[in-house]
Parts: sequence; structure tokens; C-alpha cells
Amino acid sequence: MNDTTFLGMPAFPSAAKSALDNAQLRRNLAHATDTIRGKRAHAVGELDDWEELREAGRAIKERTLRHLDRYLIQVEERVTAAGGHVHWARDAEEARRIVIDLVQATGEREVVKVKSMATQEIGLNEALADAGISAYETDLAELIVQLGQDHPSHILVPAIHRNRAEIRDIFVRAMGDYGTAAPAGLSDDPHALAEAARRHLREKFLRAKVAVSGANFLVAETGTAVVVESEGNGRMCLTLPDTLISVVGIEKVVPTWRDLEVFLQLLPRSSTGERMNPYTSTWTGTAADDGPSTFHLVLLDAGRTDTLADPIGRQALNCIRCSACLNVCPVYERAGGHAYGSVYPGPIGAILTPQLRGTTSAVDRSLPYASTLCGACYEVCPVKINIPEVLVHLRARVVDDSRRRRIPTPEKLAMSAARWVLSHPSRLAAVQRAGSAAGRLAGRRGRISRLPGPLSAWTETRDAPAPPTETFRAWWRRNR
Amino acid sequence: MRIALFITCFNDTLFPATGRATVRLLERLGCEVEFPQEQTCCGQMHFNTGYQRECEPLVRRFTEVFADYDAVVTPSGSCAAMVREYHGRVAELSGDARLSAAAQSAPKVYELSEFLVDVLGVTDVGAYFPHRVTYHPTCHSLRMLGVGERPLALLRAVRGIDLVELPAADQCCGFGGTFAMKNADTSVAMCADKVAHVLQSGAEVLCAGDNSCLMHIGGVLSRLRTGVRTLHLAEILASTEEQPPADAPPPPSGSRCTTPAAEVKSR
Repeated sequence: MNDTTFLGMPAFPSAAKSALDNAQLRRNLAHATDTIRGKRAHAVGELDDWEELREAGRAIKERTLRHLDRYLIQVEERVTAAGGHVHWARDAEEARRIVIDLVQATGEREVVKVKSMATQEIGLNEALADAGISAYETDLAELIVQLGQDHPSHILVPAIHRNRAEIRDIFVRAMGDYGTAAPAGLSDDPHALAEAARRHLREKFLRAKVAVSGANFLVAETGTAVVVESEGNGRMCLTLPDTLISVVGIEKVVPTWRDLEVFLQLLPRSSTGERMNPYTSTWTGTAADDGPSTFHLVLLDAGRTDTLADPIGRQALNCIRCSACLNVCPVYERAGGHAYGSVYPGPIGAILTPQLRGTTSAVDRSLPYASTLCGACYEVCPVKINIPEVLVHLRARVVDDSRRRRIPTPEKLAMSAARWVLSHPSRLAAVQRAGSAAGRLAGRRGRISRLPGPLSAWTETRDAPAPPTETFRAWWRRNR
Repeated sequence: MRIALFITCFNDTLFPATGRATVRLLERLGCEVEFPQEQTCCGQMHFNTGYQRECEPLVRRFTEVFADYDAVVTPSGSCAAMVREYHGRVAELSGDARLSAAAQSAPKVYELSEFLVDVLGVTDVGAYFPHRVTYHPTCHSLRMLGVGERPLALLRAVRGIDLVELPAADQCCGFGGTFAMKNADTSVAMCADKVAHVLQSGAEVLCAGDNSCLMHIGGVLSRLRTGVRTLHLAEILASTEEQPPADAPPPPSGSRCTTPAAEVKSR
């Protein structure tokens, strides 16, 4: 089987295997996710109407998605009326083309960026670089990722896999290549690191004429875009440059400001474990003598309409990118974000990526299986996405795709055999008798330490119980 | 009330002592239970792995076999959750309206601790088990069924028990059905932490309501020769002074000891 994808990423199990061997990564992740988990639990525990809020968030998203066509047209009308320009992008390619054209039309060769999942999803920075345009990430963690020529591994904390010693090394090595170099003798003290980043970024903010952002929400009734952030770099990008280009997924629409209020409560508590985030920026088209004089909104589909067409899978579009599901996921905590082969890692990535990208590559087919279905993600999701339900649904899609193969997979054969056996009690009893006899031969002191074939995946690390001499049904028949 | 036991194919085949303990316990509490012999499997493995089409005949059989009972009791949180959460979905996907209707009007399937506490209204089941025990709440019993404190309330009432807390108890053990095979490395990495917590608790017996998770954790506990045994909740609750888990037929030499607690005792 081809084990690589168009991203050059191996399927989840093998990518996870190498991550599991990285002691530094394991420690960084365990520490960071444990800390954020605790903060979130505390912030959520303060509200006695949390469950009602979650239900309100879910209901608003579901209703909005049901009438998405109408709300999107409303967004276009309001943004245009407020002096903005709206562009529609069917896919990543079209979105990249639109943004490159818009930047080139300004004559500028560099842009500053607000942390944005949508622009990462479409690979914008790489496309801009190919067009001779430098894109500078201004979110601290994104800066660390960019300077380290690395990939983000978490939605909220993209550099969660790095510790401060590694960050210091990256700053010392790479800052000079991108602009203001790190000060001599930089230590790994968090304040010193933040100060170095501040000096490095300040130069970019003051010089930039074009900014590229995403948006957390689009309020349809006024055509207002909303960015929620912690550092203030977003506010700088959104207000200082002359031209602002925002790439926003079509599912980010909320109908009214009243609806927005619900999400402004749900998001920070779920995300950073704060009652309220430090910076909330909102803008509606353009305003004379205040902020950018030109505003472009690029509405991105890129698989979202297809996702919307799936009655079970569509709930993934409720996602507000809080990353609470990542922080509670035992699989994410150990395998890390890179193993998911996508900018959307963790449980939400495992249901979003295969829907947005399809299930044609090995990594995308492996993602729905990258979960024990423990349900911790569903429990914390602020918009009640039943992630286990969607995972199982997508597994069926992967299996149904494989049914078209002329030669069935070994797993398919095993599952068909199991169905045949389990479809009748007498067949089950016969197999139980055979297994029991074989097990008695293989077992020592009640345990089997080596099983043949695919079952060796179990006994490589775990003993298996030797089958008992008498099944339950045989005992029942003998005694009743 | 006609009560049917759904033992599950997994317990039937690999952990019959759990089934026998469930029968003994319920009969001791005055219930008359039946084991419909036509039962096989709830279809969970097929459904959760994506083989929904293969799952359908199993759901059909389950629905037919248990249709005439007032309640179904099963010593498995995840199988109970499969029936309650997803049998309706599988029936619907089959496009067979009669199956959908049958699945809808099927009797409720109770996980053992739910049946004891909610239906029979007991927490003290008259059990005796003089060992240090820790309890792992399995994910499906905890999050899909929401059994909450029921198993712990039942265990606390057991005479002689030394029930100790399991650190980070709500963390998944890493079993996850076929996940344990498909993602064996991550699965065992999760289990390593679970095992560390079990050892930290100082318990000699790890108890849970699902033998599947116990087989996984127990497989590592056994491989590492920790000496900690696993035992299903039903077997602890069925245990009495007169009839400790040792009452099971003694296994012939070389086969699995079906009464781990007895083995602990006899050392």
C-alpha cells in the first residue's frame, strides 16, 4: 500500500510511532495539554449555565448552516455596502490565486499575517513565496513555527511541541534572516524571548502596507468580521496596513450580534481557559481615516459545501477552532499534532480533514481510525460536535470506498468471516471449540505471549488470555 | 418481569466466568434470568470499524432474539452503549422499515450496574471480597451510558473490600476495539500510563465493567509480571464468603485460570 500522501505525510499509525519515540515531544505535550485542560475545566466550572450555552452554540450553528446560502448573500451585501470587496473561492487553488492577485495589484512584495487556520489550510504562505511575496507571521507561536521552518501542531498553540530552549535556538538561528536579529546573548527566559519577538515584529508592523487575516466569525446582519486573539499582534495587522485581505471559511457566519454573544462566551473558556480573551477586533468594510482603506473578504468553500451535504458529517462545520478536543484527547497527547498530516490535528482534524480533503490518500483514510472513541472530545466540545459519531461514520465511508477494490483487503475478509460466524450461534460455538483447543496448546499459565499473523500486533506488547475450557453458552446448556 | 441476559460474544468466548458470576449475582438477588441461546453479538466491532453493512444481520438477530423480554442485562458497558446508541441507526441504514420499528420498540438494554441500582434498587448486593481493589471507569460506560457513581456505590458496599482510588481514572486505557491493533503503538503508550496509575494505587485487583478494556490493561499487567489481576465488576459483586470467585470449575493445567482473585489469595 502506498504509505505517503500528496503532503508527503505517512499514514497516522506510522507517523504516530515516530512521535511516540520523541521523549522531548511527549513531555512538552503532556505538560502543555495537562495545563490547558486544567485551566479550561476551571473556567467552564465557573458557569452554572455552561450546558445551556453549549446547546445554544450548537443550535445556532445548526440553524445557520441550514440557511447558509441566505446568510452568505447577506454577508456579501453588507460588506459591499460598507465599502468592502467580496470574492468567492471554490477551492484552495482559487483562493490562493485571488489573494496573490490582490497583493500584486498593490505593488507590494510583503504582507503581515494574523494567525489564521484558513490561510494555512490553503497553503497560502508557500503560494505567496512562489509569487515572490514574503508573508510574515506575527502571532508569537506562528512566528516560532515559521522561523523554525516547521509545521504547526496545535490549532491554538501551534508551537506546543517546542519548549523554550528550542525556541531560543530558533530565534538565535533564524530571526536575522527574516529581519531584526535576536539580541546578543539571548536567554531562554520567557520575558527575554517575548521581548526579542516584539522587537522583531515591530519592524514588520510599522512597514507593512498589506495584511492577511482570517476571521473567527462573520456577523451576517452587519457584514462584520471578528478576530479573537491574545497578543495584540492581530489588532496591529488589522488596523495599521492600508490593505486588509481576510480569507474566511463559509461556515464562519453567525446571523446576528446576539448569536455572536454566545460564542464569545464559549470560545475563550474552551480555548485558553480564560473568561474573556484580551483582544476582540471587529470591522465592517472600511471607514474613512480609520484602519485599512481597502478591505477584501475572500469566502472559502474548499470542501465545505460537500461536508454540508452529509447529514452526519456536517456537524464538523460547527467547529469554532477552540482546540478543547485536542487538549483532552489521549491520542493527540501522545502522538502530537504532526501525525495527523493536516493543519487541523486532533479529534476535530480527524473528522474535518477527511471531509475537506476526501479519503483518497493513506493519511486521510487513516485519520478516522486515529481514535479509541473514548468520547472525551465530545464531552468538552463547546458546540457539541459528536466527534465519535462522525469518526465511525467516516470509517464506514473508508470501508465502502475499499469495497470497490477487486481484491478485498485482509481486514474485509476477516470482517466478513466474523459476520458469517456471528450470524448463527452454532457457527459461533464451533469456532469457540476450535479456538479453545488451539488456545490450550498455545497458552501457558493461562496466558498467551505470542499469537500468529496480524494478531501479533496484540501480543508484541500484551499477553492475551488463553481461551477457557468451557464457554458461557456451553456452561449454561450443561447446567440448565 | 422477564429478564434476558446478553452475555456478549466476547465474554461468552473468552471470559465465561463473568457470565456465570452475572447469573449467580442476579439469582441471589431474586431475579429469574434467561439466556436466550440464539444470541450472538451486538455488532459493535463491525459498526465501529466501519463495516456497517456486515453489522446489519447481527442487529437483526439481536432485535429478534430479545424482542419478547421486558429488560436485557449485560455485563458490558460498551455493548450496552452500542445497542442503545447505534442499533436504531443501523436499522435505519438498512432501509427495512420493519427492522427500524423493531429496533425502536426493543426492550431497554441495561449495563449490569445500571440494572442493579436503577431497576432492582440495590447497592449492597451482599458481596464479600477481602482484597484491595481499584476501579477503572471504562469510557463507554462513563461517557456514552453515563453510569456515573453506580459501580463505585456497589463496590463500596462490598464487605471486606479495600477500595482505593485510581489516579486519572477517567483517562482512556487505549483499547478502543480495533484501535488496539491498527494503532498498536499509541494504544500501548496510553496503556503504559494506565498501568502506572494502577500500580500507583497499590491495588492487587483492577476492576471494570468491560472485559475488553480489562483484557488490554491486563495484557500489559501480565506481560510486565506486575502481579496485579483484573476482574470484572460482576465477579466481585457475585463473590461471597461461602462462594468466592474460586467456585468456578478449576481449570485444567495449562489453561487460563478463570478465577484470578482466587489465585491472588492462594499465593
